[in-house]
Amino acid sequence: MNSRAQTLERSVRDQSGAAKDASDSARARRSRNRSSQLAAWAFLAPLTIYLLAFYAYPLYRNLDLSLRNYTVYSFVHGGAPFTGFANYSAVIHDATFAKALINTLLFTFVSLLFQFAIGMALAVFFAQHFRLSPILRALFLVPWLLPLIVSASTWAWMLDSGSGVVNYGLHLIGIGPVNWLTDPHWALASVIIANIWIGIPFNLVLLYSGIQAIPSTLNEAAAIDGANSWTKFRRITFPLLRPVSAITLMLGMVYTLKVFDIIWIMTKGGPVDASTTFATWSYQLGFGNLLPEFGPGAAVGNLLVVMALVAGLVYIRVQRRQAA
Amino acid sequence: MSKSAKRRAKTVIGVVLTALMLFPVYWMINASFTTDANLRKNPPNLIPIDGTLAGYRAVISQQLPYLSNSLLIGMLTVALTLVVSAPAGYSLAKLRPKGGGVLGFALLVAQMIPAIIMAMGFYAILLSTGWINTVPGLVIADSTIAVPFAVLIFTAFMSAIPEELLQAAVTDGAGRFRTFWSIVLPVSRNAIVTVSLFAFLWAWSDFMFASTLDSGGGNQPITLGIYHYIGNNDQQWNAIMATAVVASIPATVLLVIAQKYVAAGITAGSVKD
Repeated sequence: MNSRAQTLERSVRDQSGAAKDASDSARARRSRNRSSQLAAWAFLAPLTIYLLAFYAYPLYRNLDLSLRNYTVYSFVHGGAPFTGFANYSAVIHDATFAKALINTLLFTFVSLLFQFAIGMALAVFFAQHFRLSPILRALFLVPWLLPLIVSASTWAWMLDSGSGVVNYGLHLIGIGPVNWLTDPHWALASVIIANIWIGIPFNLVLLYSGIQAIPSTLNEAAAIDGANSWTKFRRITFPLLRPVSAITLMLGMVYTLKVFDIIWIMTKGGPVDASTTFATWSYQLGFGNLLPEFGPGAAVGNLLVVMALVAGLVYIRVQRRQAA
Repeated sequence: MSKSAKRRAKTVIGVVLTALMLFPVYWMINASFTTDANLRKNPPNLIPIDGTLAGYRAVISQQLPYLSNSLLIGMLTVALTLVVSAPAGYSLAKLRPKGGGVLGFALLVAQMIPAIIMAMGFYAILLSTGWINTVPGLVIADSTIAVPFAVLIFTAFMSAIPEELLQAAVTDGAGRFRTFWSIVLPVSRNAIVTVSLFAFLWAWSDFMFASTLDSGGGNQPITLGIYHYIGNNDQQWNAIMATAVVASIPATVLLVIAQKYVAAGITAGSVKD
Protein backbone atom coordinates (compact mmCIF):
# COMPACT_ATOMS: atom_id res chain seq x y z
CA MET A 1 0.00 0.00 0.00
CA ASN A 2 2.72 2.36 1.07
CA SER A 3 4.98 1.58 -1.87
CA ARG A 4 2.09 2.00 -4.26
CA ALA A 5 1.40 5.48 -2.87
CA GLN A 6 5.05 6.35 -3.37
CA THR A 7 5.02 5.24 -6.98
CA LEU A 8 1.93 7.28 -7.56
CA GLU A 9 3.53 10.33 -6.00
CA ARG A 10 6.63 9.92 -8.13
CA SER A 11 4.66 9.57 -11.31
CA VAL A 12 2.69 12.71 -10.53
CA ARG A 13 5.94 14.59 -9.94
CA ASP A 14 7.37 13.31 -13.22
CA GLN A 15 4.31 14.43 -15.07
CA SER A 16 4.34 17.96 -13.69
CA GLY A 17 8.04 18.22 -14.47
CA ALA A 18 7.49 17.10 -18.01
CA ALA A 19 4.56 19.44 -18.53
CA LYS A 20 6.72 22.40 -19.63
CA ASP A 21 8.51 20.56 -22.42
CA ALA A 22 5.27 18.98 -23.52
CA SER A 23 3.36 22.22 -24.17
CA ASP A 24 5.30 22.92 -27.39
CA SER A 25 4.53 19.63 -28.99
CA ALA A 26 1.01 19.40 -27.56
CA ARG A 27 -0.70 20.59 -30.71
CA ALA A 28 1.23 18.21 -32.93
CA ARG A 29 0.43 15.36 -30.58
CA ARG A 30 -3.23 16.24 -30.49
CA SER A 31 -3.58 16.03 -34.24
CA ARG A 32 -1.64 12.77 -34.21
CA ASN A 33 -3.96 11.59 -31.43
CA ARG A 34 -7.02 12.38 -33.48
CA SER A 35 -5.72 10.44 -36.47
CA SER A 36 -4.78 7.51 -34.27
CA GLN A 37 -8.27 7.53 -32.70
CA LEU A 38 -9.67 7.51 -36.22
CA ALA A 39 -7.51 4.51 -37.11
CA ALA A 40 -8.44 2.75 -33.88
CA TRP A 41 -12.14 3.09 -34.63
CA ALA A 42 -11.65 2.16 -38.28
CA PHE A 43 -10.37 -1.21 -37.10
CA LEU A 44 -13.27 -1.45 -34.66
CA ALA A 45 -15.89 -0.49 -37.24
CA PRO A 46 -16.67 -4.02 -38.49
CA LEU A 47 -17.20 -5.25 -34.93
CA THR A 48 -19.31 -2.23 -33.96
CA ILE A 49 -21.57 -2.61 -36.97
CA TYR A 50 -21.73 -6.34 -36.36
CA LEU A 51 -22.73 -5.93 -32.71
CA LEU A 52 -25.42 -3.39 -33.58
CA ALA A 53 -26.87 -5.38 -36.46
CA PHE A 54 -26.55 -8.94 -35.15
CA TYR A 55 -26.75 -8.49 -31.38
CA ALA A 56 -28.52 -5.27 -30.51
CA TYR A 57 -31.12 -5.51 -33.26
CA PRO A 58 -32.18 -9.14 -32.59
CA LEU A 59 -32.37 -8.28 -28.87
CA TYR A 60 -34.53 -5.28 -29.69
CA ARG A 61 -36.79 -7.43 -31.88
CA ASN A 62 -37.05 -9.94 -29.07
CA LEU A 63 -38.02 -7.25 -26.57
CA ASP A 64 -40.58 -5.93 -29.04
CA LEU A 65 -42.00 -9.46 -29.44
CA SER A 66 -42.47 -9.74 -25.69
CA LEU A 67 -44.36 -6.43 -25.43
CA ARG A 68 -46.91 -7.00 -28.19
CA ASN A 69 -49.68 -9.45 -28.87
CA TYR A 70 -48.39 -11.24 -31.96
CA THR A 71 -50.35 -13.68 -34.09
CA VAL A 72 -48.89 -15.59 -37.01
CA TYR A 73 -50.44 -13.05 -39.36
CA SER A 74 -49.10 -9.97 -37.58
CA PHE A 75 -45.73 -11.69 -37.16
CA VAL A 76 -45.33 -11.71 -40.93
CA HIS A 77 -47.22 -8.55 -41.86
CA GLY A 78 -46.69 -6.37 -38.80
CA GLY A 79 -49.23 -4.31 -36.89
CA ALA A 80 -49.41 -6.32 -33.67
CA PRO A 81 -51.00 -4.26 -30.88
CA PHE A 82 -48.82 -3.06 -27.99
CA THR A 83 -49.86 -4.80 -24.79
CA GLY A 84 -47.21 -3.73 -22.30
CA PHE A 85 -46.37 -6.40 -19.77
CA ALA A 86 -49.40 -8.59 -20.54
CA ASN A 87 -47.18 -11.40 -21.88
CA TYR A 88 -45.01 -11.31 -18.78
CA SER A 89 -47.98 -11.40 -16.45
CA ALA A 90 -49.53 -14.27 -18.44
CA VAL A 91 -46.28 -16.21 -18.25
CA ILE A 92 -45.81 -15.65 -14.52
CA HIS A 93 -49.35 -16.82 -13.81
CA ASP A 94 -48.96 -19.84 -16.07
CA ALA A 95 -49.04 -23.23 -14.34
CA THR A 96 -45.68 -24.09 -15.91
CA PHE A 97 -43.89 -21.08 -14.40
CA ALA A 98 -43.19 -22.45 -10.91
CA LYS A 99 -42.15 -25.82 -12.31
CA ALA A 100 -39.79 -24.24 -14.84
CA LEU A 101 -38.26 -21.94 -12.23
CA ILE A 102 -37.61 -24.77 -9.77
CA ASN A 103 -36.25 -27.00 -12.52
CA THR A 104 -33.94 -24.26 -13.84
CA LEU A 105 -32.49 -23.72 -10.38
CA LEU A 106 -32.22 -27.45 -9.59
CA PHE A 107 -30.68 -28.22 -12.97
CA THR A 108 -28.13 -25.42 -12.60
CA PHE A 109 -27.06 -25.97 -9.01
CA VAL A 110 -27.03 -29.78 -8.93
CA SER A 111 -25.09 -29.82 -12.23
CA LEU A 112 -22.60 -27.27 -10.92
CA LEU A 113 -22.10 -29.05 -7.62
CA PHE A 114 -21.19 -32.38 -9.20
CA GLN A 115 -19.24 -30.95 -12.14
CA PHE A 116 -17.14 -28.88 -9.81
CA ALA A 117 -16.55 -31.59 -7.20
CA ILE A 118 -15.65 -34.24 -9.77
CA GLY A 119 -13.62 -31.76 -11.82
CA MET A 120 -11.69 -30.74 -8.71
CA ALA A 121 -10.97 -34.34 -7.69
CA LEU A 122 -9.75 -35.15 -11.18
CA ALA A 123 -7.66 -31.98 -11.41
CA VAL A 124 -5.88 -32.82 -8.15
CA PHE A 125 -5.39 -36.40 -9.33
CA PHE A 126 -3.96 -35.42 -12.73
CA ALA A 127 -1.70 -32.79 -11.19
CA GLN A 128 0.39 -35.60 -9.72
CA HIS A 129 3.09 -36.79 -12.03
CA PHE A 130 2.59 -40.23 -13.49
CA ARG A 131 2.96 -41.83 -16.88
CA LEU A 132 0.24 -41.15 -19.49
CA SER A 133 -1.16 -38.28 -17.39
CA PRO A 134 -1.07 -35.72 -20.26
CA ILE A 135 -2.70 -37.99 -22.81
CA LEU A 136 -5.40 -39.17 -20.40
CA ARG A 137 -6.16 -35.57 -19.52
CA ALA A 138 -6.50 -34.78 -23.22
CA LEU A 139 -8.95 -37.68 -23.64
CA PHE A 140 -11.09 -36.21 -20.87
CA LEU A 141 -11.80 -33.28 -23.19
CA VAL A 142 -13.72 -35.47 -25.64
CA PRO A 143 -17.18 -35.12 -24.01
CA TRP A 144 -16.84 -31.35 -24.05
CA LEU A 145 -15.93 -31.23 -27.74
CA LEU A 146 -18.65 -33.54 -29.07
CA PRO A 147 -21.67 -31.83 -30.62
CA LEU A 148 -24.36 -31.67 -27.94
CA ILE A 149 -26.81 -33.52 -30.13
CA VAL A 150 -24.35 -36.43 -30.25
CA SER A 151 -23.92 -36.54 -26.46
CA ALA A 152 -27.62 -36.10 -25.86
CA SER A 153 -28.70 -38.84 -28.23
CA THR A 154 -26.01 -41.18 -26.88
CA TRP A 155 -27.31 -40.63 -23.34
CA ALA A 156 -30.88 -41.06 -24.53
CA TRP A 157 -29.84 -44.42 -25.94
CA MET A 158 -27.96 -45.44 -22.78
CA LEU A 159 -30.93 -44.47 -20.60
CA ASP A 160 -33.48 -46.22 -22.83
CA SER A 161 -35.93 -48.10 -20.56
CA GLY A 162 -35.98 -51.36 -22.49
CA SER A 163 -32.53 -51.77 -24.02
CA GLY A 164 -30.42 -49.14 -22.30
CA VAL A 165 -27.07 -50.15 -20.88
CA VAL A 166 -27.70 -48.22 -17.65
CA ASN A 167 -30.72 -50.30 -16.77
CA TYR A 168 -28.73 -53.41 -17.69
CA GLY A 169 -26.02 -52.32 -15.26
CA LEU A 170 -28.63 -51.74 -12.55
CA HIS A 171 -30.10 -55.17 -13.28
CA LEU A 172 -26.66 -56.73 -12.68
CA ILE A 173 -26.56 -55.28 -9.19
CA GLY A 174 -30.15 -56.29 -8.54
CA ILE A 175 -32.06 -53.06 -9.13
CA GLY A 176 -35.16 -53.07 -11.28
CA PRO A 177 -35.45 -51.02 -14.50
CA VAL A 178 -35.99 -47.27 -14.21
CA ASN A 179 -37.96 -45.40 -16.87
CA TRP A 180 -35.35 -42.66 -16.96
CA LEU A 181 -36.74 -40.44 -19.68
CA THR A 182 -40.43 -41.25 -19.47
CA ASP A 183 -41.00 -41.25 -15.69
CA PRO A 184 -41.71 -37.71 -14.40
CA HIS A 185 -39.74 -38.52 -11.25
CA TRP A 186 -36.58 -39.35 -13.15
CA ALA A 187 -36.61 -37.15 -16.26
CA LEU A 188 -34.90 -34.16 -14.62
CA ALA A 189 -32.31 -36.42 -12.97
CA SER A 190 -31.57 -37.97 -16.37
CA VAL A 191 -30.81 -34.69 -18.09
CA ILE A 192 -28.77 -33.53 -15.09
CA ILE A 193 -26.63 -36.68 -15.27
CA ALA A 194 -25.92 -36.10 -18.95
CA ASN A 195 -25.15 -32.44 -18.32
CA ILE A 196 -22.72 -33.26 -15.50
CA TRP A 197 -20.85 -35.60 -17.85
CA ILE A 198 -20.56 -32.86 -20.46
CA GLY A 199 -19.40 -30.21 -17.96
CA ILE A 200 -16.67 -32.18 -16.16
CA PRO A 201 -13.93 -31.46 -18.77
CA PHE A 202 -14.48 -27.70 -18.55
CA ASN A 203 -14.08 -27.75 -14.76
CA LEU A 204 -11.13 -30.12 -14.98
CA VAL A 205 -9.20 -27.93 -17.44
CA LEU A 206 -9.76 -24.67 -15.55
CA LEU A 207 -8.99 -26.12 -12.12
CA TYR A 208 -5.99 -28.05 -13.44
CA SER A 209 -4.45 -24.90 -14.89
CA GLY A 210 -5.12 -23.20 -11.56
CA ILE A 211 -3.29 -25.94 -9.68
CA GLN A 212 -0.33 -25.67 -12.07
CA ALA A 213 0.03 -22.04 -11.02
CA ILE A 214 0.48 -22.93 -7.34
CA PRO A 215 4.22 -22.93 -6.49
CA SER A 216 5.30 -26.53 -5.94
CA THR A 217 7.65 -25.41 -3.15
CA LEU A 218 4.61 -24.93 -0.90
CA ASN A 219 3.58 -28.56 -1.19
CA GLU A 220 7.16 -29.72 -0.81
CA ALA A 221 7.57 -27.71 2.38
CA ALA A 222 4.31 -29.13 3.73
CA ALA A 223 5.50 -32.65 2.88
CA ILE A 224 8.71 -32.07 4.85
CA ASP A 225 6.57 -30.96 7.78
CA GLY A 226 4.80 -34.31 7.50
CA ALA A 227 1.47 -33.21 6.03
CA ASN A 228 -0.50 -35.94 4.27
CA SER A 229 -2.26 -35.47 0.91
CA TRP A 230 -5.62 -34.55 2.42
CA THR A 231 -4.09 -31.91 4.70
CA LYS A 232 -2.11 -30.52 1.76
CA PHE A 233 -5.29 -30.27 -0.29
CA ARG A 234 -7.29 -28.65 2.52
CA ARG A 235 -4.59 -26.25 3.71
CA ILE A 236 -2.78 -25.36 0.48
CA THR A 237 -4.47 -26.33 -2.79
CA PHE A 238 -8.06 -25.52 -1.95
CA PRO A 239 -7.46 -22.08 -0.34
CA LEU A 240 -5.03 -20.99 -3.06
CA LEU A 241 -7.44 -22.19 -5.71
CA ARG A 242 -10.29 -20.05 -4.43
CA PRO A 243 -10.00 -17.34 -7.11
CA VAL A 244 -9.94 -19.90 -9.93
CA SER A 245 -12.77 -21.83 -8.28
CA ALA A 246 -14.91 -18.70 -8.11
CA ILE A 247 -14.37 -17.96 -11.80
CA THR A 248 -15.04 -21.58 -12.76
CA LEU A 249 -18.30 -21.71 -10.81
CA MET A 250 -19.51 -18.34 -12.09
CA LEU A 251 -18.77 -19.19 -15.72
CA GLY A 252 -20.36 -22.60 -15.19
CA MET A 253 -23.49 -20.95 -13.81
CA VAL A 254 -23.78 -18.57 -16.76
CA TYR A 255 -23.41 -21.48 -19.20
CA THR A 256 -25.64 -23.94 -17.33
CA LEU A 257 -28.55 -21.51 -16.93
CA LYS A 258 -28.98 -21.40 -20.69
CA VAL A 259 -28.52 -25.11 -21.48
CA PHE A 260 -31.12 -26.09 -24.01
CA ASP A 261 -29.94 -28.73 -26.47
CA ILE A 262 -29.42 -31.59 -24.02
CA ILE A 263 -32.81 -31.25 -22.37
CA TRP A 264 -34.72 -30.69 -25.57
CA ILE A 265 -33.12 -33.63 -27.40
CA MET A 266 -33.46 -36.06 -24.49
CA THR A 267 -36.91 -35.24 -23.11
CA LYS A 268 -38.30 -32.13 -24.87
CA GLY A 269 -38.83 -30.84 -21.33
CA GLY A 270 -41.32 -33.60 -20.62
CA PRO A 271 -43.00 -35.73 -19.62
CA VAL A 272 -45.61 -33.09 -18.68
CA ASP A 273 -43.06 -30.37 -17.92
CA ALA A 274 -41.15 -32.67 -15.53
CA SER A 275 -37.78 -31.55 -16.96
CA THR A 276 -38.68 -28.20 -18.49
CA THR A 277 -36.51 -25.15 -17.76
CA PHE A 278 -36.87 -21.53 -18.85
CA ALA A 279 -34.75 -22.26 -21.93
CA THR A 280 -36.85 -25.20 -23.12
CA TRP A 281 -40.13 -23.57 -22.14
CA SER A 282 -39.27 -20.49 -24.15
CA TYR A 283 -38.38 -22.65 -27.15
CA GLN A 284 -41.53 -24.72 -26.68
CA LEU A 285 -43.70 -21.60 -26.77
CA GLY A 286 -41.96 -20.03 -29.74
CA PHE A 287 -41.10 -23.01 -31.92
CA GLY A 288 -42.36 -26.24 -30.35
CA ASN A 289 -46.05 -26.02 -31.19
CA LEU A 290 -47.90 -25.78 -34.46
CA LEU A 291 -49.30 -22.41 -33.41
CA PRO A 292 -46.32 -20.38 -32.19
CA GLU A 293 -46.77 -18.06 -29.21
CA PHE A 294 -43.88 -15.70 -29.85
CA GLY A 295 -44.95 -13.08 -27.31
CA PRO A 296 -44.98 -15.34 -24.24
CA GLY A 297 -41.96 -17.23 -25.59
CA ALA A 298 -39.95 -14.01 -25.83
CA ALA A 299 -41.15 -13.00 -22.36
CA VAL A 300 -39.85 -16.26 -20.83
CA GLY A 301 -36.60 -15.79 -22.73
CA ASN A 302 -36.17 -12.30 -21.33
CA LEU A 303 -36.69 -13.56 -17.78
CA LEU A 304 -33.87 -16.00 -18.50
CA VAL A 305 -31.69 -13.14 -19.73
CA VAL A 306 -32.24 -11.33 -16.46
CA MET A 307 -31.13 -14.41 -14.52
CA ALA A 308 -28.07 -14.86 -16.75
CA LEU A 309 -27.16 -11.18 -16.46
CA VAL A 310 -27.35 -11.24 -12.68
CA ALA A 311 -25.05 -14.27 -12.66
CA GLY A 312 -22.86 -12.57 -15.25
CA LEU A 313 -22.50 -9.31 -13.39
CA VAL A 314 -21.44 -11.21 -10.28
CA TYR A 315 -18.88 -12.98 -12.47
CA ILE A 316 -17.52 -9.71 -13.87
CA ARG A 317 -17.26 -8.28 -10.34
CA VAL A 318 -15.36 -11.33 -9.13
CA GLN A 319 -13.02 -11.17 -12.10
CA ARG A 320 -12.41 -7.43 -11.69
CA ARG A 321 -11.65 -7.82 -8.02
CA GLN A 322 -9.13 -10.54 -8.79
CA ALA A 323 -7.51 -8.57 -11.60
CA ALA A 324 -7.03 -5.60 -9.27
CA MET B 1 4.93 -49.41 -1.43
CA SER B 2 7.91 -48.22 -3.49
CA LYS B 3 7.73 -44.93 -5.33
CA SER B 4 7.65 -46.47 -8.80
CA ALA B 5 4.92 -48.93 -7.80
CA LYS B 6 2.90 -46.01 -6.49
CA ARG B 7 3.28 -44.19 -9.78
CA ARG B 8 2.28 -47.27 -11.72
CA ALA B 9 -0.83 -47.60 -9.53
CA LYS B 10 -1.73 -44.00 -10.36
CA THR B 11 -1.40 -44.68 -14.06
CA VAL B 12 -3.74 -47.66 -13.69
CA ILE B 13 -6.30 -45.58 -11.78
CA GLY B 14 -6.00 -42.86 -14.41
CA VAL B 15 -6.66 -45.30 -17.23
CA VAL B 16 -9.69 -46.73 -15.41
CA LEU B 17 -11.15 -43.26 -14.76
CA THR B 18 -10.63 -42.25 -18.39
CA ALA B 19 -12.27 -45.46 -19.57
CA LEU B 20 -15.27 -44.75 -17.33
CA MET B 21 -15.53 -41.20 -18.63
CA LEU B 22 -15.31 -42.28 -22.24
CA PHE B 23 -17.68 -45.22 -21.87
CA PRO B 24 -20.60 -43.32 -23.47
CA VAL B 25 -18.42 -42.59 -26.49
CA TYR B 26 -17.52 -46.26 -26.74
CA TRP B 27 -21.16 -47.21 -26.37
CA MET B 28 -22.09 -44.91 -29.23
CA ILE B 29 -19.47 -46.52 -31.49
CA ASN B 30 -20.57 -49.98 -30.37
CA ALA B 31 -24.22 -49.25 -31.16
CA SER B 32 -23.32 -47.83 -34.57
CA PHE B 33 -21.98 -51.26 -35.63
CA THR B 34 -24.74 -53.37 -34.06
CA THR B 35 -27.70 -54.73 -36.02
CA ASP B 36 -31.16 -53.47 -35.09
CA ALA B 37 -32.17 -56.92 -33.82
CA ASN B 38 -29.10 -57.16 -31.56
CA LEU B 39 -29.64 -53.65 -30.21
CA ARG B 40 -32.83 -54.83 -28.51
CA LYS B 41 -31.15 -57.97 -27.19
CA ASN B 42 -30.81 -58.63 -23.46
CA PRO B 43 -28.05 -58.80 -22.30
CA PRO B 44 -26.57 -56.28 -24.75
CA ASN B 45 -23.46 -57.13 -26.77
CA LEU B 46 -20.53 -55.41 -25.12
CA ILE B 47 -18.55 -55.59 -28.34
CA PRO B 48 -20.13 -55.54 -31.82
CA ILE B 49 -19.91 -59.27 -32.59
CA ASP B 50 -21.49 -60.11 -35.96
CA GLY B 51 -21.58 -56.36 -36.52
CA THR B 52 -23.06 -54.52 -39.44
CA LEU B 53 -22.24 -51.53 -41.57
CA ALA B 54 -25.93 -50.86 -42.25
CA GLY B 55 -25.84 -47.75 -40.08
CA TYR B 56 -22.95 -46.32 -42.05
CA ARG B 57 -24.59 -47.25 -45.36
CA ALA B 58 -27.60 -45.23 -44.18
CA VAL B 59 -25.29 -42.30 -43.41
CA ILE B 60 -23.79 -42.40 -46.90
CA SER B 61 -27.12 -42.71 -48.66
CA GLN B 62 -29.05 -40.16 -46.55
CA GLN B 63 -26.75 -37.83 -44.66
CA LEU B 64 -24.11 -36.65 -47.16
CA PRO B 65 -25.99 -33.47 -48.15
CA TYR B 66 -26.36 -32.52 -44.47
CA LEU B 67 -22.65 -33.12 -43.90
CA SER B 68 -21.57 -30.98 -46.83
CA ASN B 69 -23.95 -28.21 -45.72
CA SER B 70 -22.36 -28.29 -42.27
CA LEU B 71 -18.88 -28.13 -43.77
CA LEU B 72 -19.81 -25.08 -45.85
CA ILE B 73 -21.61 -23.36 -42.97
CA GLY B 74 -18.69 -24.04 -40.63
CA MET B 75 -16.10 -22.58 -43.01
CA LEU B 76 -18.14 -19.49 -43.81
CA THR B 77 -18.72 -18.92 -40.09
CA VAL B 78 -14.96 -19.08 -39.49
CA ALA B 79 -14.37 -16.55 -42.27
CA LEU B 80 -16.98 -14.10 -40.98
CA THR B 81 -15.75 -14.46 -37.39
CA LEU B 82 -12.13 -13.75 -38.36
CA VAL B 83 -12.98 -10.74 -40.53
CA VAL B 84 -14.98 -9.12 -37.74
CA SER B 85 -12.84 -9.99 -34.74
CA ALA B 86 -9.16 -9.86 -35.80
CA PRO B 87 -9.09 -6.11 -36.64
CA ALA B 88 -11.12 -5.38 -33.51
CA GLY B 89 -8.65 -7.33 -31.39
CA TYR B 90 -5.76 -5.34 -32.87
CA SER B 91 -7.49 -2.06 -32.15
CA LEU B 92 -8.42 -2.95 -28.58
CA ALA B 93 -4.97 -4.35 -27.85
CA LYS B 94 -2.73 -1.74 -29.47
CA LEU B 95 -4.53 1.40 -30.63
CA ARG B 96 -6.25 2.41 -27.35
CA PRO B 97 -9.59 3.56 -28.79
CA LYS B 98 -11.62 5.90 -26.59
CA GLY B 99 -14.70 3.98 -25.47
CA GLY B 100 -13.03 0.63 -26.09
CA GLY B 101 -13.81 -0.38 -22.52
CA VAL B 102 -17.53 -0.08 -23.18
CA LEU B 103 -17.17 -2.36 -26.17
CA GLY B 104 -15.22 -4.88 -24.12
CA PHE B 105 -17.98 -4.85 -21.51
CA ALA B 106 -20.62 -5.28 -24.22
CA LEU B 107 -18.75 -8.37 -25.44
CA LEU B 108 -18.73 -9.91 -21.96
CA VAL B 109 -22.46 -9.32 -21.63
CA ALA B 110 -23.04 -10.65 -25.17
CA GLN B 111 -21.54 -13.99 -24.13
CA MET B 112 -24.18 -14.37 -21.46
CA ILE B 113 -27.22 -13.99 -23.69
CA PRO B 114 -28.99 -17.34 -24.11
CA ALA B 115 -29.19 -18.57 -27.69
CA ILE B 116 -32.98 -18.91 -27.52
CA ILE B 117 -33.27 -15.12 -27.22
CA MET B 118 -31.05 -14.56 -30.23
CA ALA B 119 -32.91 -17.27 -32.14
CA MET B 120 -36.28 -15.57 -31.68
CA GLY B 121 -34.93 -12.18 -32.68
CA PHE B 122 -33.15 -13.62 -35.72
CA TYR B 123 -36.26 -15.54 -36.70
CA ALA B 124 -38.26 -12.32 -36.84
CA ILE B 125 -35.50 -10.56 -38.81
CA LEU B 126 -34.73 -13.35 -41.27
CA LEU B 127 -38.42 -13.89 -41.95
CA SER B 128 -38.86 -10.29 -43.02
CA THR B 129 -35.69 -10.27 -45.13
CA GLY B 130 -36.45 -13.64 -46.73
CA TRP B 131 -33.21 -15.19 -45.44
CA ILE B 132 -34.91 -17.94 -43.48
CA ASN B 133 -33.68 -21.45 -44.46
CA THR B 134 -30.63 -20.03 -46.25
CA VAL B 135 -26.93 -20.58 -45.65
CA PRO B 136 -26.04 -16.89 -45.11
CA GLY B 137 -28.82 -16.49 -42.53
CA LEU B 138 -27.55 -19.44 -40.49
CA VAL B 139 -23.91 -18.38 -40.88
CA ILE B 140 -24.66 -14.95 -39.42
CA ALA B 141 -26.52 -16.48 -36.48
CA ASP B 142 -23.82 -19.10 -35.86
CA SER B 143 -21.08 -16.48 -35.91
CA THR B 144 -22.70 -14.71 -32.94
CA ILE B 145 -21.68 -17.70 -30.78
CA ALA B 146 -18.00 -17.19 -31.65
CA VAL B 147 -17.43 -13.46 -32.19
CA PRO B 148 -17.31 -12.25 -28.54
CA PHE B 149 -14.96 -15.11 -27.62
CA ALA B 150 -12.84 -14.43 -30.72
CA VAL B 151 -12.39 -10.73 -29.91
CA LEU B 152 -11.32 -11.59 -26.36
CA ILE B 153 -8.77 -14.14 -27.64
CA PHE B 154 -7.35 -11.75 -30.26
CA THR B 155 -7.15 -8.86 -27.80
CA ALA B 156 -5.36 -10.96 -25.20
CA PHE B 157 -2.96 -12.40 -27.75
CA MET B 158 -2.17 -9.17 -29.60
CA SER B 159 -1.55 -7.30 -26.34
CA ALA B 160 1.50 -9.52 -25.93
CA ILE B 161 3.06 -8.47 -29.26
CA PRO B 162 6.12 -6.33 -28.42
CA GLU B 163 5.62 -2.63 -29.10
CA GLU B 164 9.09 -2.41 -30.69
CA LEU B 165 8.03 -4.76 -33.47
CA LEU B 166 5.16 -2.47 -34.46
CA GLN B 167 7.30 0.66 -34.02
CA ALA B 168 9.89 -0.82 -36.38
CA ALA B 169 7.23 -1.26 -39.03
CA VAL B 170 6.04 2.33 -38.62
CA THR B 171 9.64 3.58 -38.88
CA ASP B 172 9.95 1.66 -42.12
CA GLY B 173 7.01 3.69 -43.39
CA ALA B 174 4.25 1.11 -43.07
CA GLY B 175 0.74 2.46 -42.45
CA ARG B 176 -1.50 0.99 -39.77
CA PHE B 177 -3.22 -1.32 -42.19
CA ARG B 178 0.12 -2.57 -43.59
CA THR B 179 1.35 -3.12 -40.02
CA PHE B 180 -1.79 -5.08 -39.20
CA TRP B 181 -1.72 -7.15 -42.36
CA SER B 182 1.96 -8.01 -42.67
CA ILE B 183 3.15 -7.96 -39.05
CA VAL B 184 0.30 -8.42 -36.57
CA LEU B 185 -1.65 -11.10 -38.41
CA PRO B 186 1.29 -13.39 -39.24
CA VAL B 187 2.55 -13.16 -35.66
CA SER B 188 -0.94 -13.99 -34.35
CA ARG B 189 -1.09 -17.35 -36.11
CA ASN B 190 -1.81 -19.24 -32.87
CA ALA B 191 -4.75 -17.00 -32.01
CA ILE B 192 -6.12 -17.39 -35.54
CA VAL B 193 -5.91 -21.18 -35.23
CA THR B 194 -7.63 -21.19 -31.83
CA VAL B 195 -10.44 -18.91 -32.98
CA SER B 196 -10.99 -20.79 -36.24
CA LEU B 197 -11.08 -24.09 -34.42
CA PHE B 198 -13.73 -23.02 -31.95
CA ALA B 199 -15.80 -21.06 -34.47
CA PHE B 200 -15.90 -24.11 -36.73
CA LEU B 201 -16.70 -26.52 -33.92
CA TRP B 202 -19.51 -24.35 -32.54
CA ALA B 203 -21.06 -23.80 -35.95
CA TRP B 204 -20.77 -27.52 -36.72
CA SER B 205 -22.43 -28.43 -33.39
CA ASP B 206 -25.13 -25.76 -33.40
CA PHE B 207 -28.63 -27.10 -32.99
CA MET B 208 -30.59 -24.13 -31.67
CA PHE B 209 -30.10 -21.78 -34.63
CA ALA B 210 -30.34 -24.61 -37.14
CA SER B 211 -33.66 -25.87 -35.79
CA THR B 212 -35.21 -22.41 -35.65
CA LEU B 213 -33.71 -20.61 -38.65
CA ASP B 214 -32.88 -23.40 -41.11
CA SER B 215 -35.26 -26.30 -40.52
CA GLY B 216 -36.80 -26.48 -43.99
CA GLY B 217 -35.39 -26.96 -47.47
CA GLY B 218 -32.04 -28.25 -48.67
CA ASN B 219 -29.61 -26.19 -46.59
CA GLN B 220 -30.00 -28.04 -43.28
CA PRO B 221 -26.87 -29.01 -41.31
CA ILE B 222 -25.92 -32.41 -39.87
CA THR B 223 -27.33 -31.68 -36.40
CA LEU B 224 -30.77 -31.60 -37.99
CA GLY B 225 -29.95 -34.77 -39.94
CA ILE B 226 -29.50 -36.55 -36.60
CA TYR B 227 -32.53 -34.83 -35.08
CA HIS B 228 -34.83 -36.01 -37.89
CA TYR B 229 -33.60 -39.58 -37.27
CA ILE B 230 -34.40 -39.32 -33.56
CA GLY B 231 -37.83 -37.92 -34.36
CA ASN B 232 -38.79 -40.93 -36.49
CA ASN B 233 -41.17 -43.34 -34.82
CA ASP B 234 -39.14 -46.41 -35.74
CA GLN B 235 -35.99 -45.09 -34.08
CA GLN B 236 -33.12 -46.75 -35.95
CA TRP B 237 -30.54 -46.45 -33.24
CA ASN B 238 -27.66 -47.86 -35.28
CA ALA B 239 -28.24 -45.30 -38.03
CA ILE B 240 -28.57 -42.54 -35.41
CA MET B 241 -25.36 -43.62 -33.70
CA ALA B 242 -23.49 -44.03 -37.00
CA THR B 243 -24.44 -40.47 -37.91
CA ALA B 244 -23.40 -39.34 -34.45
CA VAL B 245 -20.01 -41.01 -34.90
CA VAL B 246 -19.52 -39.31 -38.27
CA ALA B 247 -20.63 -35.96 -36.80
CA SER B 248 -18.00 -36.36 -34.06
CA ILE B 249 -15.13 -36.71 -36.53
CA PRO B 250 -14.28 -32.97 -36.71
CA ALA B 251 -14.09 -32.74 -32.93
CA THR B 252 -11.84 -35.78 -32.74
CA VAL B 253 -9.56 -34.62 -35.54
CA LEU B 254 -9.24 -31.19 -33.94
CA LEU B 255 -8.45 -32.74 -30.56
CA VAL B 256 -5.70 -34.88 -32.07
CA ILE B 257 -4.02 -32.24 -34.22
CA ALA B 258 -4.62 -29.16 -32.11
CA GLN B 259 -4.92 -30.23 -28.49
CA LYS B 260 -2.82 -27.40 -27.11
CA TYR B 261 -5.04 -24.84 -28.85
CA VAL B 262 -8.15 -26.44 -27.37
CA ALA B 263 -6.87 -26.27 -23.81
CA ALA B 264 -5.65 -22.72 -24.46
CA GLY B 265 -9.07 -21.74 -25.73
CA ILE B 266 -10.89 -23.08 -22.68
CA THR B 267 -8.63 -21.30 -20.23
CA ALA B 268 -8.23 -18.03 -22.16
CA GLY B 269 -10.31 -15.19 -20.91
CA SER B 270 -11.35 -16.97 -17.74
CA VAL B 271 -8.09 -17.54 -15.92
CA LYS B 272 -5.44 -14.89 -15.81
CA ASP B 273 -1.91 -15.81 -14.94
